[in-house]
Amino acid sequence: MIITLKVWRQEGPDVPGRFETYKVPDANPHMSFLEMLDVLNEQLIKEGKDPVEFDYDCREGICGSCGVVIDGQAHGPQRRTACCQLHMRHYRDGDTIVIEPWRAEGFPVIRDLVVDRTAFDRIVEAGGYVSVNTGAAPDANSIPVPKDDADLSMDYATCIGCGACVAACPNASASLFTAAKISHLALLPQGDPERERRARSMVDQMATEGFGDCSNHAECEAVCPKGISIDAIARMRREYMRAVRR
Amino acid sequence: MSSSSAESGWLSSPILKKVVTGVTGLGLTLFVLGHMIGNLTMFSGPDAYNQYAHFLVSLGPLFYAVEIGLLAFFVFHIITGIRIAMGNRRARRSRYAVRRTAGGPSRQTVASRSMIITGLLLMAFLVIHLLSFKFGPGGPGNANAAYFTTVDGVGMRDLAKLVHEKFQTPWYTFGYTIIMLLLMLHLRHGVWSALQSLGAMRPSLTPVVYTIGGLLGAGIAAGFIVMPLAIYFGFI
Repeated sequence: MIITLKVWRQEGPDVPGRFETYKVPDANPHMSFLEMLDVLNEQLIKEGKDPVEFDYDCREGICGSCGVVIDGQAHGPQRRTACCQLHMRHYRDGDTIVIEPWRAEGFPVIRDLVVDRTAFDRIVEAGGYVSVNTGAAPDANSIPVPKDDADLSMDYATCIGCGACVAACPNASASLFTAAKISHLALLPQGDPERERRARSMVDQMATEGFGDCSNHAECEAVCPKGISIDAIARMRREYMRAVRR
Repeated sequence: MSSSSAESGWLSSPILKKVVTGVTGLGLTLFVLGHMIGNLTMFSGPDAYNQYAHFLVSLGPLFYAVEIGLLAFFVFHIITGIRIAMGNRRARRSRYAVRRTAGGPSRQTVASRSMIITGLLLMAFLVIHLLSFKFGPGGPGNANAAYFTTVDGVGMRDLAKLVHEKFQTPWYTFGYTIIMLLLMLHLRHGVWSALQSLGAMRPSLTPVVYTIGGLLGAGIAAGFIVMPLAIYFGFI
C-alpha cells in the first residue's frame, strides 16, 4: 500500500518546525505504525536525508515511550493503545496521515517527533519517598486492603507516563498524569504517612512545569492508552484540599 | 518549562483555582435559577412582578448583603476564569495542524471549548443588563415618576413597565435570546465541570451529573427566554 505522510520536522528545541511530505510506497497492512516509520527512515537514509526522530522502546504498548499525534489524535485513532500497537491494516491504500509531536510548553520538542517529558519525572520526584516496611516478608493479609480499593489503585497505577493526556488536552494540562500518580498511592495504607505532603508537592510541581489547568474536557481519558478515568482528577482534588485543610 | 513564573501569587494553585471557579460557578447557577423563577412572576401580571421586585428590595440589609456576595462571586469567577484561560494559552504556544476529539468518554464539545468566550460575552451582557434594568429609569440614582406605581396601596417601582418597553424592541429581545442560549452553553459544561472540580464525582454518576448539567442549562435558558418572547409577541 502507498501511504503519504505529512511529518513535523524540527531540528531542535529553539528552531521553528515545518511539515514535510513523504511517500511510503512499501507500506503494508501487516506493519505496525512505527514499523512503517522505520521503512520511511530507511528510505530517507538511502536518499541521504536525516531520518525522522521518534521515541519508542518496548513496542508492546506497555512502556509509555512512544507517542505522536496522528491525524489530530494522540496515539492515533485506535482506542486504549499506544501508537506502537496501531497497525497499518486500519489504513487504506492511498491514505494521507498527518504526524505531529506532543505539543505543550511543558514538553519542549527535542527533535522532530521527540519531546522532552522529564517534567513528568520531576512531578514524580516531588512526590518523595513512600514509607514501606522492610525486613522479612510480611505475613499475607497482615495489612488489610479492601478489594475495591486495591482494584482502583491498580487502575490508576497502570499509567505508563506516555504524556498523551497532555498532548490531547485542549489546555495542555498534566492533571490526569499527576492525578493517577497521586491517586494510586492515596488508596493504599503503604505510604499513607506521606499522603498530604505528597499530594501538595506533586500538584505544586505540576503547576511549575508550565502545563495548563484542567477544564474537565475529559479528552485525556479518551486518549489514555490505559483508559484511566478522570475520576482520578476528582480524587486528586479531594486529596489536595484535604492536605490544604490540615 | 519555567513559564510558571507568571503563574505565582494569589490563587496560583491549579486546584484552588478550579475550586474557586466551581464554587462561585455553582453559586451563580443557583442565582440565575432563582432569578429565572422570579422572572416568571410576570406571567401572573405586572402587579405580581412589581410586588416580587419590591419584596426583594424591601428586605433591606439582607438584600444588600446578597448583592455584595453576588458581586464577589462574579468577580472571583471572572478573575479565575480569565487566569485559567490565559494560563492555558501559555501552556501550548505551537498549535496542532489537525485536531480531532477521540470521542468516547471525552466531554469536549463546543460548550467546553468556548467557556472563556461565552463567559466574556455574558460578562458584557451583565453590565448592559444592570444598566438597563437595575440602574434604569426608576432605579437607584435614576428616579423617574413615570416608572412609579401603586399596588394594593403600596408605592413601588414600576419595573414591569420598563421590562415591557425593553422587550418590545426587536434587537433587545433577540439579543437577549441569543445571550441566554450562550448561558445555556456555558452551563452545559459549567455545571458538571464545577461538580467534577469539587471532587464530588463517582465514575458511575458522571453520565447522570453530565445529563443534569445539560438539562439545568437548557431549563434555565428556556425559562429566561420565554418571558421576553411572550412580551414581544404580545401574549402578555
